[in-house]
Amino acid sequence: MIEKVTPHLSQNESLIFERSSPGKKAYQLPELDVPAVDPAEALGAANVRAEIEGFPEVSEVEAIRHFTRLSTWNYAIDHGMYPLGSCTMKYNPRINELVARIEGLAWAHPYQPEALAQGAMEVMARVEAALAEITGMDAVTLQPAAGAHGELTGILLIRAFLEAKRGNPRKKILIPDSAHGTNPATAAIAGYAVENIKSSETGVLDVAALEHLVDQDVAALMVTNPNTLGVFEENIVQAAEILHRKGAMLYMDGANMNALVGIARPGDFGVDVMHLNLHKTFSTPHGGGGPGAGPVAVKKILEPFLPTPRLRRAGKKWAFDYKRKHSIGRVKAFYGNFGVLVRALAYILAHGGPGLRNATVDAVLNAVYIRKQLEPYFDLPYTQANMHEVVFSDDRQAKLGVRTGDIAKRLIDYGFHPYTVSFPMIVHGALMIEPTETEGKQEIDQFVAAMISIAKEAESDPQLVKSAPHGTRIGRVDEVTAARKPVLRWKPA
Amino acid sequence: MRYLPKSDSERRQMLDACGVSSAEELFAHLPEAVRLQRPLALAPGISEYEIVQYFRDRAAENANGYASFLGAGVYNHYRPVLVDTVVSRGEFLTSYTPYQAEISQGTLTTIFEFQTMICQLTGMDVANASMYDGSTAVPEAAMMAARATGKGRVLVARSLHPEYREVLRTYAKNQGMPVEEFGYLPETGAIDLEDLERKMDSLTAAVIVQSPNFFGIVDQVKAAAEIAHARGALLVVIFTEAVSLGLLEPPAEADIVAGELQSFAISPSYGGPYAGIIATKEKYIRQMPGRLVGQSVDSRGNRAFCLTLATREQHIRREKATSNICTNQALIALMATVFMTIYGKEGLRELALQNLAKAHYLSGKVKPRFTGAFFNEFVARVESKSPDELNKALLKKKIIGGLPLGRFYPELADSVLLCATEMTKRSDMDLLAEVAQ
Amino acid sequence: MYPENYRYTKEHEWVLVEGGTGTVGITDHAQEELGDIVYVDLPKVGAVIEQGKSLGSVESVKAVSDVYCPVSGEVTEINSTLADKPESLNSDPHGAAWLIKLKLSDPAQVQNLMSAADYEAYIGAEK
Repeated sequence: MIEKVTPHLSQNESLIFERSSPGKKAYQLPELDVPAVDPAEALGAANVRAEIEGFPEVSEVEAIRHFTRLSTWNYAIDHGMYPLGSCTMKYNPRINELVARIEGLAWAHPYQPEALAQGAMEVMARVEAALAEITGMDAVTLQPAAGAHGELTGILLIRAFLEAKRGNPRKKILIPDSAHGTNPATAAIAGYAVENIKSSETGVLDVAALEHLVDQDVAALMVTNPNTLGVFEENIVQAAEILHRKGAMLYMDGANMNALVGIARPGDFGVDVMHLNLHKTFSTPHGGGGPGAGPVAVKKILEPFLPTPRLRRAGKKWAFDYKRKHSIGRVKAFYGNFGVLVRALAYILAHGGPGLRNATVDAVLNAVYIRKQLEPYFDLPYTQANMHEVVFSDDRQAKLGVRTGDIAKRLIDYGFHPYTVSFPMIVHGALMIEPTETEGKQEIDQFVAAMISIAKEAESDPQLVKSAPHGTRIGRVDEVTAARKPVLRWKPA
Repeated sequence: MRYLPKSDSERRQMLDACGVSSAEELFAHLPEAVRLQRPLALAPGISEYEIVQYFRDRAAENANGYASFLGAGVYNHYRPVLVDTVVSRGEFLTSYTPYQAEISQGTLTTIFEFQTMICQLTGMDVANASMYDGSTAVPEAAMMAARATGKGRVLVARSLHPEYREVLRTYAKNQGMPVEEFGYLPETGAIDLEDLERKMDSLTAAVIVQSPNFFGIVDQVKAAAEIAHARGALLVVIFTEAVSLGLLEPPAEADIVAGELQSFAISPSYGGPYAGIIATKEKYIRQMPGRLVGQSVDSRGNRAFCLTLATREQHIRREKATSNICTNQALIALMATVFMTIYGKEGLRELALQNLAKAHYLSGKVKPRFTGAFFNEFVARVESKSPDELNKALLKKKIIGGLPLGRFYPELADSVLLCATEMTKRSDMDLLAEVAQ
Repeated sequence: MYPENYRYTKEHEWVLVEGGTGTVGITDHAQEELGDIVYVDLPKVGAVIEQGKSLGSVESVKAVSDVYCPVSGEVTEINSTLADKPESLNSDPHGAAWLIKLKLSDPAQVQNLMSAADYEAYIGAEK
């Protein structure tokens, strides 16, 4: 019998600083082909630092082993499903990684002459056109680095437009109580006061309340569609009409576009400005928390205010237009997260028009299927048709002392990443589940079986669920001490 | 389609379980008025081979095989092979934000290491898990200073990267935060301390300087700190060339250090994605934007890491958050972490020394316009040609010259910003010097 | 459980009035809702705060709650032990973990606040 090495669970890898010892090297620089320069002479002795105390000193072998071992402690999409609501954890196609690293693209310097950057500019133009077609909008900026950044850009566009049109940017932004936290945070940074609008009994936009709340001080409503319950805002056209009639605008948070691509276009249902999350809908990898990209798509009336510069066609070539006197300015240096745009375009090219629609259909099918399978076991507070995600509440299990956070931790023991816990806030004890189109029937059935098993455990053995996870290398982490006495860096003993 | 793992029969089974006869019924509840009544006007999907071909064709339309003397906030440094090896691991590439600590210790541990290394590099007490980039880190640092001091005005050096200043203005305008610039000395290229002193007042929350500055000059951080602190303002020091910290004394007098890590194995990639950082003194921790990873223990007493101090962030604080930032740049920060590990204590210094040597060799052949000490970039005024003429001539030799400064500094319209790194060949510097005669 | 000589607000703060001084804290109900408290943000001594306005906030790992001043006044003292031991807000919210002391500008305001019995009824109804 061959004895296998024990799985990584038992590995205990220390920090790179704890592995270091003086004199170890993982690098080699070529010999200088110019004379060396004395730094004290060139820079002034006072400007030259002593060593970088505590910096790592390891060999190449130790470096690769360190990071490889650490990586095995992570769950990832490559392992299995992430049912995280509104995160759209879909497959990150590897071809995207390959094309982003092609030398002429990866090494392009943003200031290289435009004549020598036509390929990069063509890629950007192609992405702008594809996103405009998908969203039904007239113009797109690729400058924002992430969703929240796109939100800020969008609100600044609204501010600039209202200022230009009527000399009055107004004072408030209306935000549903079901909104993602970035929405109110963004409004505040853009210099607006936030007013919450309560969702209706059925969890959707309350247009009667909206009619009442939209006054001369309201600049815009920020809406997510489908909303964070996964439900399509059936009154969106009416909402847009109310806002426009009163001189306000409609901003859409595009986080849930995975339910709409090829099915419905925000530009067609009254949205003036919206952002997209390329790291959600368009498969660019999350990488443990970023990078992303948050392009903003707008109707024609907002085009003059878009960040500078903008791509324009000059004869047979692409050029950047810097002469934009109504522009809100820059929201980021250079042109945007080009490397992320390349990946998103590769995704769009791979699917094509019909393919993108099919992906949406599969995503919605998966979520509706999960809803049907789990409805007998978990409380479903809002019962209208859901699209790409579904939100249950832990009410049934909470009566036995088991909360959504516990169920989520127990799900880890079944080999899955938890769903989104306790969000949106309009559902008490929320379990927010979005499978995406990436999951096949087997994976989804396993997920459903796991959730049903946990529901049963909540009844028969609640303590098992409350003390989960049991099978991981690390148990529940003491977040209270981490916050009371923050230790945010390693220090030598 | 190869990314969609359901067979037709599986779809059929699932539709049956949902009680619908066709997939279209899943969308039947959408109002007719909002339904897209035609297919998307996008070409059908293409094969892997065709996708690669498309991007290879685009890449061929960009510069290939040119030597480059461009810096100006984005630097050509060698990317150690191990960087892509590590970040290509599916466990890093395809994982999510580490909200579930039990199954994210890989990401959390590397971020903790990253935070530590940034502190070691910058001399600050605490660093966050990264910002979008250096340019957006500037307004974030300014807002942080405003929160910490309760004051509302910002003084920024004209020698801070021009596009960074543009981004600062975009944010500041909407916060009702006045931004005023102070100049640089035409002889040395360093900040004009008298101008700063003149413009300083007790309503200023932050004085923002870059070092090495946009002209490559190692700037007067200590003196700026004195002026700022004397009137109760914070000193914010920005860097765009992270390699400089391998050799230059970190700005210990700064209250906030922010900057760009692109030099640390992050591809120039036509402008992004990059990774910015913000680092600060202990007392300003709670004013910091962005994610923070902290050390703790798990239920079994093992050392474990987790996201912490989340109450500063948007998902809890909402409109009162320190920032609206959600995504950070985790994978990019990981590239930088691997880079810093590979070069390490000795290597980063040696790398910086090589950069110093290369740029100073070049400055022996093409005279710097400013007399201030510089690291790997300097401004040069070429007597015989205009910047455009010079660069045109250089392109014929397959060399991309330095950045003509006229687009950002009209008074320097006759000058270019030249950068030399460890990747710059002596022969190319000789060639540039020849053309510049 | 809820001291008779304290007065209570709908936002779950309490105030103990002694002569012209008020001692302010959060109620046991509040700390229970918040969970393990990790940080307390208090005003500076000398700050003047109006009734109903925020005097600071209390944080747990996952939530932040503003604390609203029950009565108007000038801050004369803040409880500095809370910086090191925020957890005492969980164990002794009505006693050792008081938040601030105020010099009252309008002592009559206390009359509009709830008695212990009223407050207990109020939180009972909330549940």
